Amino acid sequence: MMNSRTATLLDGRIAAQAVGVAFRKLDPRLLFRNPVMFVTAVVALLTSLIFARDLLRGGEGLLTGQIAAWLWFTVLFANFAEAVAEGRGKAQAASLRRTRTETMAKRLATIDASVWDSVAAASLRAGDLVLVEAGDTIPGDGEVVEGIATVNESAITGESAPVIRESGGDRSAVTGSTVVVSDRIVMRITANPGESFLDRMIALVEGAKRQKTPNEIALTILLVGMTIIFLLVTVTLQGFASYSGFLVPVAFLVALLVTLIPTTIGGLLSAIGIAGMDRLVTFNVIAKSGRAVEAAGDVDVLLLDKTGTITLGNRQASDFLPVAGVQERELAEAALLASLADDTAEGKSIVALARRAFGFAAADPEATAIFIPFTAQTRMSGVDIGGRRIRKGAVDRMRAWVEEQAAIGSALARELTTQVERVAKAGGTPLVVADGARILGVVALKDIVKPGIRERFATLRAMGIRTVMITGDNPLTAAAIAAEAGVDDVLAEATPERKLELIRQYQAEGRLVAMCGDGSNDAPALAQADVGVAMNTGTQAAREAGNMVDLDSDPTKLIEIVMIGKQLLMSRGALTTFSIANDVAKYFAIIPALFIAAYPPLRALNIMGLESPASAVLSAIIFNALIIILLIPLALRGVAYRPAPAASLLRRNLLIYGLGGLVVPFLGIKGIDLAINALGLV
Amino acid sequence: MTAEGILQILAYLSLLLLLTPPLGAYMARVMAGERTLLTPLLAPLERGLYRLAGIDPAREQHWTAYALALLAFNLMGLLLLYAILRLQAWLPLNPAGLAPVAPDLAFNTAVSFTTNTNWQAYGGETTLSFLSQMLGLTVQNFVSAATGIAVAVALIRGFARRPQPAGAGRTIGNFWADLVRGTLYILLPFALLAAIVLVWQGVPQNFDGAVTATTLEGGQQLIAQGPVASQIAIKQLGSNGGGFFNANAAHPYENPTALSNLLQSLYLLMLASGLVHSFGRMVGDVRQGRAIWMAMVLLLVAGLGIACWAEAQGNPAIAALGVDMSGSDLAAGGNMEGKEVRFGPTLSALWAVATTAASNGSVNAMHDSLTPLGGLVPLVNMMLGEVIFGGVGAGLYGMLVFVILAVFIAGLMVGRTPEYLGKKIEAREIKLALIAVLVFPLGALGGAALTTVLPSALASVQDPGPHGLSEILYAYTSATANNGSAFAGFGANTLFHNSLTGLAMLLGRFAIIVPTLAIAGSLAGKKAAPAGPGTFPTHGALFIVLLIGTILIVGGLTFFPALALGPIAEHLSLQAGTLFGAMP
Repeated sequence: MMNSRTATLLDGRIAAQAVGVAFRKLDPRLLFRNPVMFVTAVVALLTSLIFARDLLRGGEGLLTGQIAAWLWFTVLFANFAEAVAEGRGKAQAASLRRTRTETMAKRLATIDASVWDSVAAASLRAGDLVLVEAGDTIPGDGEVVEGIATVNESAITGESAPVIRESGGDRSAVTGSTVVVSDRIVMRITANPGESFLDRMIALVEGAKRQKTPNEIALTILLVGMTIIFLLVTVTLQGFASYSGFLVPVAFLVALLVTLIPTTIGGLLSAIGIAGMDRLVTFNVIAKSGRAVEAAGDVDVLLLDKTGTITLGNRQASDFLPVAGVQERELAEAALLASLADDTAEGKSIVALARRAFGFAAADPEATAIFIPFTAQTRMSGVDIGGRRIRKGAVDRMRAWVEEQAAIGSALARELTTQVERVAKAGGTPLVVADGARILGVVALKDIVKPGIRERFATLRAMGIRTVMITGDNPLTAAAIAAEAGVDDVLAEATPERKLELIRQYQAEGRLVAMCGDGSNDAPALAQADVGVAMNTGTQAAREAGNMVDLDSDPTKLIEIVMIGKQLLMSRGALTTFSIANDVAKYFAIIPALFIAAYPPLRALNIMGLESPASAVLSAIIFNALIIILLIPLALRGVAYRPAPAASLLRRNLLIYGLGGLVVPFLGIKGIDLAINALGLV
Repeated sequence: MTAEGILQILAYLSLLLLLTPPLGAYMARVMAGERTLLTPLLAPLERGLYRLAGIDPAREQHWTAYALALLAFNLMGLLLLYAILRLQAWLPLNPAGLAPVAPDLAFNTAVSFTTNTNWQAYGGETTLSFLSQMLGLTVQNFVSAATGIAVAVALIRGFARRPQPAGAGRTIGNFWADLVRGTLYILLPFALLAAIVLVWQGVPQNFDGAVTATTLEGGQQLIAQGPVASQIAIKQLGSNGGGFFNANAAHPYENPTALSNLLQSLYLLMLASGLVHSFGRMVGDVRQGRAIWMAMVLLLVAGLGIACWAEAQGNPAIAALGVDMSGSDLAAGGNMEGKEVRFGPTLSALWAVATTAASNGSVNAMHDSLTPLGGLVPLVNMMLGEVIFGGVGAGLYGMLVFVILAVFIAGLMVGRTPEYLGKKIEAREIKLALIAVLVFPLGALGGAALTTVLPSALASVQDPGPHGLSEILYAYTSATANNGSAFAGFGANTLFHNSLTGLAMLLGRFAIIVPTLAIAGSLAGKKAAPAGPGTFPTHGALFIVLLIGTILIVGGLTFFPALALGPIAEHLSLQAGTLFGAMP
C-alpha cells in the first residue's frame, strides 16, 4: 500500500501530464503568483512582439526570435517543474483519496436510539452520532462514544493487523475509511466534510490551495527585491549606453535582465515546497500545514516518551536473583513454570531466559497444571502444579500473599528489600517469585533500550538537537535508562502538567520543541509544542491538537520528521545560493557582448572566449533556461542530507552550491556557445 | 609599488587594528550609559542638557518614536543650516564680506551636511563665512555623525535585546540620549584632542581674514585662513569630509605634514572601526564583531592593493611618450597628475581608498585624475554601500543589512530558517533590508541615468568618452552613499545637479535609516534562540567569505554594467592605446 505512494522521481505519465499543465500555467493570473516568472513572461511577450515587428518589416529577426523562444521556454520550464511536483503530489493524493470510498452511514438520533437512518457519509457533520457494526466502513474521522471494536486500519496505515478501538481512554479515535472487523461501536463525527486529516493532506500535496510558508514568503520577497534591482540596472543601462554613443538592442537588454533575475530559484521554489510535503507523506506522516514542516527543521529540543520510543515497549527478564539458600536454577524453574501460560512479553521473556540459561526442555506444560492468570485484583499470576503453588508478582503484593501463609523472617525480608532496590536502581522492575510460603527470589525485568538509539541520539546532539526522555518512572530508574540510552535530559514522574510546563520553559529560552503523543492528556502539550506529532492510534483530541499525524504511530519517526524539515530548508537555501552565484558568469557572458561594438577593448572581459556577441547572449539565455530543467530532479529529491553540525553542513553546501554556482555556468555557457555555433544557430 | 609604500600601508593598518579594541570598548560603555573615564567631567553637563531639554534618558522609545525624533531633529538642523547660509551676509563673523548663498546651493549644502555627506558644490573659502562654517557646518558635522552612531546602536540593541515580559514593549533606546552621549562623550573629546594635535602640526585656528602674500614672481596672492583645525578634526572623525578649503586635505593648511597625513588617514576610519568592536561587545560575543571587522578589512586591503598598484603604474600613454614613470629618490613615479608631490601615489591612493571606504569624502588628491582603475576602487567602495567600515555608525548598520541578507540567502543551507545572533530573519526584516539595498541603485544609477539623457544636465560633464560617464556615476554614487568626494571635472553647482544630488543624499541617508530602525524594532521584540552546534556559525572564516561574497554579488554586481562603460572601458582602452579627445 505504502509503496504505491512513492512515485518514481520522474514518472513518464506524470511528466507527460505536466507538459500540458505547464502551458495552462501561462495564464497571467496564475503566473502572477510567481513574480520572477511573471516578469520573465512579460519580457518574453515584449521580445516576441519585437520579433513579429521585425518579421513584418522584412528585417533579420532570427536572433530576436530565438531569444524570445528561449524566454518562453524559461517560463515553461519553471511551470513544468511546478507541474511535475504537483503531479507527484496528485498521484499521492489520488492514492490517499482512493481510501475514501463513498459509503453510507447509519446515523443515530441519540446515543441509545434503536433505529438509524441511512445517509451518505459525505453529508455527515461534526457532532453527528453514527452506528458502525462489523463489516461497516467508518464514515469519517471521529471518536468512539460507546462500545469496543476491532478495526482494520490498513487503508490508512498499511498495517494489516486489526487494532482495538473503544470508548473512553486513549484508544477512542477512529479514522474515516477504516473498517470495523468485529463488534459494534457508536461514534461521534468530529470533522465536517472536507476538513478531515485526509482532506487537508490532499490539499497540501496537490498544491492547488497551497499556502506559502513563512520562509517561502520571505524568500519570495527577496526574489522580488532582486528583480526590481535588476530592472533598475537594465533600464538605466540604456541611458549609459546612449551617453556612450550607441543603443543596446531591446532583445539584448531583455536577455540581460532575465539572466540576472533569480529565475532558477524563482522557477523551482514551489516545486521544492511541494516535494518536501511529498516526502513527508511518503513517510506516512500527515502535516496539517507547510509551516509545521518548516518548524520541524528548526526544532532544537525533542521530547520523547520512554516506552516505545527509547525502549522497546515491553520489559525483558534479565536476571534471576535467588535469596540465600535457593539455587538460581530452582528460582529459574519456578519462574518458568509460573510464566508458561503468560502471554505477555514479560512472561515470554522469562520463559526464554530460563530456557537459555539452564536448558529446560521446551515441553508442553503438564495437563494437571492449573494456570492462575494475572488480574487487576490479585496483581499476580502463576500456576498450581503437583501440589505446588507458584506465584510471581510485584513485591508488596507477593509479600502480602506469603504472609497470609507464614511470617517472613526479618533477615529474609531485609535481603529481599536490598535486591528489589538494586534492580530498581539499575532501571529495572523487580518481580518476586514464591513457591507456596517460600520466597525464592527476584526476577529482574529490564527496560531494553532499542538497538541503535544511542547512536541516533549522538547524531542528534551533533546536529544541535537536545533530546529529553519523558517517563512516569521514578527518578532513579529514569536516570539509569536515560544514561544507557544517552539522552541529554530526563523528565521523571512526568504528568501532563509537568510536560506542558517543560515545553513552555524551553520555549521561553527561545528553543523550538517537538514532541509526540497519543493520549487525550497529551493534547495540551501537543498543542503547545512547535511541532506536535500525534499518533494515529491516539485519541481524537490528541490528533486535533498536534500539527502532524503519524499514520504508522511510530514515535521514533519524530527524528525523521526533523530531518525532512531540515532537508526542505536546505534545498531552498542551496538553490537560492546557486541561482545568485550564477549571475557572475552571466555578466561575463553578456556585458562584453553588449558593449564590444562601442568599446572593442572590452573584449578582454570575454574570458570565456565566446564566439560572437549574438552567440554569447543566446548561450547565456539558453543556459538560464536549461538549468531549471536540469535542477528539477534536485528540487524534487532535495539536496543530500546527512546529519552533521551546522558548520560542516555550511562548509559542504557552500562549496557545492556556492562555488559550484560560480563555476558551473562558466562551463555551461561555454559549452552551449560551442554547440550553437557548431549547429549554425547564430 | 615600492617597499616604502607597502610599509606605509602596513603601519597604517596596524595602527588601525591597535586602536580598534580600546575605542570599541569605550564607545560600547558610553552608549550603554555606563561609567567611563570622562564621566566625572561630563556627566554634570550631560544631566544639565537633559534637564534643559526636558529629556528623561532612561525613557525607552519604540522604533517609530525613535525614528520620528531622529527625523524631526535632522529636519530642524537642515532648516537652521539653510537659514544661516542664506543670511550669512547679515550675520557676524564674515570678515571677507561674502554674499548670501544662492537658494539651490544653500539647499544642496544644507542637505549635504545634515546627511553626513559633505558634498561641496561650493568652494569653502570663497563662499562661506566663518559663522556659516562653524555654527552651520561644524555643528552638523558633529550631530550628523552622532545620528549615525545612534542608528547603529539602536540596531545593535535590536539584536542584543531579549524581549521584555508583556507590557515592557519592544524598545530600541532613547534617540535623545544616544545623540547626546555620542556627541558629548565620543565626538567632542576626540575632536578636541585631534584638533590640538593638528594645531601642533601647523593647521591654523583663528578668526583672521586672508593675508596677502607676494609670490616669488612678485604677484599678489590671497591666502585664506580661519578656524581650520576644529573643522578638520571633526570632518575626519565624523566621516564628514567637508574641508575648510576647496582643495581639502591636499591644502597645506589642512594637511601640513606627513604626521598630519597619517593621523588624518586614521581619523577617517578609527571610530567606524571601533564601533564594529563595540557591536561585538554589545551583543555579548566579541567574535561576531571580529568576523565583520575581518570582512571589512579584507575588502579594504583588496581595494588598497588595486588602487596603489594602479597609481604606481602611472599612465601608459605618458610612458609611451618616453617619460620615465618609475619611482626613484628624486621622483615618486607613477601617476602624479592631480596629486600633492608631498604625498605621492601610495599615500594618495591610501587616502582615496580610506575616504570612500568610510563615507568621508575628504581628499588629499584629485580623484578625477586617478588612473581608471585607481578611480574605480573609490567608486566601487561607495557602490558597495560604504560598508567597508563606512561612515561613523552608517557603515556598521549598512554592513548589518548585508549580514541579514547573507544569513538569509545561505543560512537555509544548514537546515534551519535563517537567524542571526539568535534572532529569526523573517519576511519583515527581508522586506526592510531590501528597501535599504534598493535605495542605492535607485539614487546612484537613477540619478546618473537621468543626467545622461538630459542635455542640460550633461553640460556639467567636463571630459569626453568613458571618463565623462565615470564623472557622472561618481557624482551620484557619492551623493547617494553620503560620501561627498567628487571627480572634480563634474560641474556640480547647477540648479539641476544641486537639486538632484540633494535628493539623492536625502534618499541615501533617510531611506536607509528608517528601514534600519524598523528592523531594529522588529528584532527587539523577537525571542532569541540560544546558539549551539545546530545554528548557523557567524564568527568563522566561512562566514567572512560568505559575507564578502554577498556584498560583492548583491551589492557590487548591480553596478557592473555601468562600470563596464565607465572606468573599465577607459582602462582597457587606455591599455590598448585608445585616447578620447575633446568633448564631441
